Amino acid sequence: MMRRLWITLTYIVFGLLLIVPLIKIFTGSWADGWSGFIEGITRPQSLHALMMTGIIVVVVTALNTIFGIMLAMYLVRAEWIGKRIKRLLNSLVDLPFAVSPVIGGLMIVLILGPNTIIGTMFEDAGFKIVYALPGMILATLFVTFPLMVREVMPVLQEIGAQQEEAASTLGAYSWYTFWKVTWPSIRWGVIYGVVLTVARSLGEFGAVLVVSGNIMNKTQTATTLVYQDVENFNVVAANGVALVLAAFSVGLLLLMEWAKKRKEVH
Amino acid sequence: MHIEVRNLNKNFGDFHAVKDVSFEIEKGHLIGLLGPSGGGKTSILRMLAGLESPSSGDIIFHGKRVNDLPPQERGIGFVFQNYALFKHMTVYDNIAFGLKVKKQSKEQIRERVMYLVELTGLKGFEHRYAHQLSGGQRQRVAFARALAPEPQLLLLDEPFAAIDAKIRTELRTWLKEMIERVGITSIFVTHDQEEAIEVADEIMIISKGKLEQKGSPWDIYKNPETPFVASFIGESTIVDDISQLIGFEDGASRPGTKALIRPEYIEIGKPGEIKLASATLPGKVKHLHFRGSEWMVELLVGDTKLITYRSLEKDVLHPGDEVSVLVHRAYLFNDNDSWIAENTLKVDPMPIHI
Repeated sequence: MMRRLWITLTYIVFGLLLIVPLIKIFTGSWADGWSGFIEGITRPQSLHALMMTGIIVVVVTALNTIFGIMLAMYLVRAEWIGKRIKRLLNSLVDLPFAVSPVIGGLMIVLILGPNTIIGTMFEDAGFKIVYALPGMILATLFVTFPLMVREVMPVLQEIGAQQEEAASTLGAYSWYTFWKVTWPSIRWGVIYGVVLTVARSLGEFGAVLVVSGNIMNKTQTATTLVYQDVENFNVVAANGVALVLAAFSVGLLLLMEWAKKRKEVH
Repeated sequence: MHIEVRNLNKNFGDFHAVKDVSFEIEKGHLIGLLGPSGGGKTSILRMLAGLESPSSGDIIFHGKRVNDLPPQERGIGFVFQNYALFKHMTVYDNIAFGLKVKKQSKEQIRERVMYLVELTGLKGFEHRYAHQLSGGQRQRVAFARALAPEPQLLLLDEPFAAIDAKIRTELRTWLKEMIERVGITSIFVTHDQEEAIEVADEIMIISKGKLEQKGSPWDIYKNPETPFVASFIGESTIVDDISQLIGFEDGASRPGTKALIRPEYIEIGKPGEIKLASATLPGKVKHLHFRGSEWMVELLVGDTKLITYRSLEKDVLHPGDEVSVLVHRAYLFNDNDSWIAENTLKVDPMPIHI
């Protein structure tokens, strides 16, 4: 009897938290019919914001994949890094999980903003970081950094170094060994990490809002546009953009499930 | 390949894993590194391979110091304890790996791989993955993979440890034959003395990072140079108070001397069965264990416990039986010295010359 109750309760919470908002976004974006939805997402600021989000997702995912895999390799394999330093680095990786994204964004503003020494230096060189795309990429990179490292590290630990050592005794140097031996073992973990990174950078709000200044048609992303539309009572347009984001997320979720299954197989 | 190692040392932090080890290996020999687990054998093997760098000392292949050469350049083959097969590759691709690295032509690779597949009895398994093979087959793949690029030195880390006891003996013989056929200098690590004795041309006993003795299995059995070697090879019991034995008075006169006695050094018989009665001690049978092909007899001589074997052909003994015990020889050692002593009373006091 109690068990039934708990199960029902779980379904209700699940429905209220996930399903209802999704339906609400869906119906909301169609409140003015097809034309309203199309208009909402084809406004210049919508297209620009979606493009900004797209650029950030692509750049952040690429950088995070490369550096995430590299850091994971160093943390697991490198013998020239002392144990203590490894432990320190290892806990630093989790920092973005512990720190609020808003604070992460604020740190970037405080270090690289237009009123700081480094920020001025870059600005004199004609390179704007804060309140521009580079800052937004940095902020998103900060937030998503642990995702790839945390996916790849356990896989590397599990497969151990012996296959790589075997490759080295057979004459293969590190680059060849990485592609022929290490990569096939970690690739499903990497794909999983990529999916998580894409999802996270697609939806990042706090850090980007602080760093970007949310300037329409300049530094506005899809999420900060939704926020602004809601502020301006432009609910239909907000729902339209949100629906586009939600559709991407659902697609990613399905992709992730598939990657998870493959990961277990290999 | 002729191998020389001089004053090799390895420290892992505070732990001194390998202490001042020096040895030479002749071309074509099969060497067993034998010793208790954690004694530094694997560290020595990994340093030879270049997977670990020595803290000090020289490794010389063919008269050339190779300390600074990476594993890729050393011309070695390595068989790992758990084989470390590339699990996403087929047997064929595993064996071909070292050849592909060398950028050999497809036909050359195919020829060499098929030769090795045939040699190792893996024909028909070329397209299987590691997880579709038995332990013995995996080991054969690892062996073939290591041999493919024609290395000059083959290193094997506990090659039989992960294999069922039943096929282990079979594989041992196979590996010895294979290595002899290929004619490659090989070093393997094991903690199983039976394995080392059976397979190796020469054994190096390693304990606590030190090389205790190097020699042929028979040499090591017959003339152990240190108490550790004497107790590690073969079976033995240590007798703390050797004044209880007779015929070893020379040793007993030196303070602190103990004896190590192997079962095969002892002969037992019912009173009167042994001819050299004057060299025997009275003893008592404590326990009897049937060992399939012989009896293992636990004896009490005074309050010293000894172990020996007795043929099934002889009269069956029973616990409590009084027996005469003849100790033919003992390995005696004290803090400064160790030597093998024959029973001095065995020389008949009244020899009759015909």
